[in-house]
Amino acid sequence: MFGLSRKDTLLLIFVAIITFAAPILMNPFPTESSLAQFNAGYPDLMQRFVIFGIFAIGFNILFGLTGYLSFGHAAFLGAGSYACVWMFKLLGYNILPGIILSVIVSAIFALAIGYISLRRSGIYFSILTLAFAQMSFALAYSVLGTDMFGLKGGLTNGETGLQVYNSDPQIFHSDSAPDLPHLFGIPMRTTEVVQYGAWEFQFNVGFYFCAVVMLIAFYLSIRIFRSPFGLMLRAVKTNQNRLNYTGVNTKPYALAAFVISGMYAGLAGGLLSAMDPLAGAERMQWTASGEVVLMTILGGAGTLIGPVLGAGLIKYFENIFSKINEGILKGWFEFLPDTLGDAVVWVLYFFTGSGWHLTLGLMFMLVVIFLPGGLVEGAGRLFGIGRRKKKTPASKTQAAE
Amino acid sequence: MAILQVRNVSKRFGGLQALNDVNLSVEEGSVHAIIGPNGAGKSTLLNCFVGRLVPDTGTVMFDGKSLLGIKPHEINQAGVSRVFQTPEIFGDLSLLENVMIPSFAKRDGDFKVNWWPRVDTERDVQQHAEDVLQEIGLYEKRFEIAASMSRGDKRRLEMAMCLSQDPKLLLLDEPTAGMSRADTNATIDLLKRLGETRGLTKVIIEHDMHVVFSLADYISVLAQGTVIAENTPELIKGDPRVKEAYLGTEAE
Repeated sequence: MFGLSRKDTLLLIFVAIITFAAPILMNPFPTESSLAQFNAGYPDLMQRFVIFGIFAIGFNILFGLTGYLSFGHAAFLGAGSYACVWMFKLLGYNILPGIILSVIVSAIFALAIGYISLRRSGIYFSILTLAFAQMSFALAYSVLGTDMFGLKGGLTNGETGLQVYNSDPQIFHSDSAPDLPHLFGIPMRTTEVVQYGAWEFQFNVGFYFCAVVMLIAFYLSIRIFRSPFGLMLRAVKTNQNRLNYTGVNTKPYALAAFVISGMYAGLAGGLLSAMDPLAGAERMQWTASGEVVLMTILGGAGTLIGPVLGAGLIKYFENIFSKINEGILKGWFEFLPDTLGDAVVWVLYFFTGSGWHLTLGLMFMLVVIFLPGGLVEGAGRLFGIGRRKKKTPASKTQAAE
Repeated sequence: MAILQVRNVSKRFGGLQALNDVNLSVEEGSVHAIIGPNGAGKSTLLNCFVGRLVPDTGTVMFDGKSLLGIKPHEINQAGVSRVFQTPEIFGDLSLLENVMIPSFAKRDGDFKVNWWPRVDTERDVQQHAEDVLQEIGLYEKRFEIAASMSRGDKRRLEMAMCLSQDPKLLLLDEPTAGMSRADTNATIDLLKRLGETRGLTKVIIEHDMHVVFSLADYISVLAQGTVIAENTPELIKGDPRVKEAYLGTEAE
């Protein structure tokens, strides 16, 4: 179906079902239960799951296929966010022009940065992309954020962040349209709350819009992975020297992958603004670039579904683990004797709340050491896809003959 | 007709004159061996054919076009394929994919964002790659990962990759270096068979006299950057200059 193999079609359908059912699946605990804080089924977080999923899917096209490790992809995320908010300011709150422009702007931006950065490979490439991203951050944060060309706050409005004001032109804005991001009149913020017994589920328009965009992005990435173009990208990763002597010009292939992944990042940035019409320079910071690297490796670089899993996991930790404060921990360990309980809480507190990065770091270490293929490899081992492993020794003896 | 013509090529690395006024012409359909002691400049010369090095002076003409100043991938697209001293293959990919990549490069040119079709529905390229693997005797292993193969199989795979492009000229840089006697003989047989079925023009750089005298139609002897003798294998064997420069020292 859709020009995909049976296996890929099943994967796409599976991801689609999980995504569309996410508002239910992410809220497994009744609202009043003590475990309700582990529920992730609220619109804001679910939007982030899919938006950062898009970001990671795109990053994986560059890193997973060609092996070029970019440490500056947040620059494209930020550029996309700014472009989208500018469309809100100039044209009005319909999100389509903004999202289209954010993809175009980030493509041009990626073409320029990629063209220069891809003159080097390995660590030097990574450093170049990091340098460009930090320069973009500095530009957005200060240089372009001061009054210029008669624009108050410049192009980015500096540290306040770019937002929409009543005085903005919004030339296509009509009184009948909602005064916040919408798609042809349907506001992104609209949420249908459904009570089912003790459970509460929130179905949000913005989330479903992002989910559809993510599924399209995911579908396109499957096509790229399975295409002759994708095969060439994997060849770039494996042996560039051979590829050159095989009549292939490797640089444009790497650049094409860079631009495509930049466009994915721009799309994600545009969606972030479409969900919340505010773009700040911090989206371009190196921590944001590093985050997408973590997501991709954690999930499984070079696999189709890995980056989405990684994005979901990291966003879940960021939002859920960081909310577990000392009080909540104390509540959990009430049953223990006072001193022991205090000790346990004291230890665990390092790993929760603002210490959630510590948990993430530990998890990242464990994955990299024991599952270099990421969560996808872990899942593969669990569900016995290890059958392929059994075949290898037999074929090896054959080869040695 | 000479398909490859080398005229007055010199190359200097700092104080070392690697190539000194080299003249060479390779006839179409022949197997031309370039031999010489270590450091004679054989690999430097080969690198001048494929765009890795640019000679200081002189010209390299292939099929009527100059090869100077154009990039390796352009030279390949013009019809020159190269086998490396240590097999250069795509280790992470399957044998079939390894052979499909050069086939795609031949069909689609040096760059094409061919992202909509699927690799496994590109029947013509796949069929072509399978045929070449069959010809070279690796068809049964086509789904194995290239890095897991033996040295001899890697070499054969690399040749399959070159053959899939149906090159006008195949350059072989010490094709049997580091191989066991059995693998060496298998490679000689393979190259002989390919010579009969495909009539390829080949340039072989080789150390192993057994290989050279089994395969070559014509031999150029390189010593200290200069061609000191050129002739058929029978006559080269008896040439006193060659004995002195190369065979003689080895016989002692």
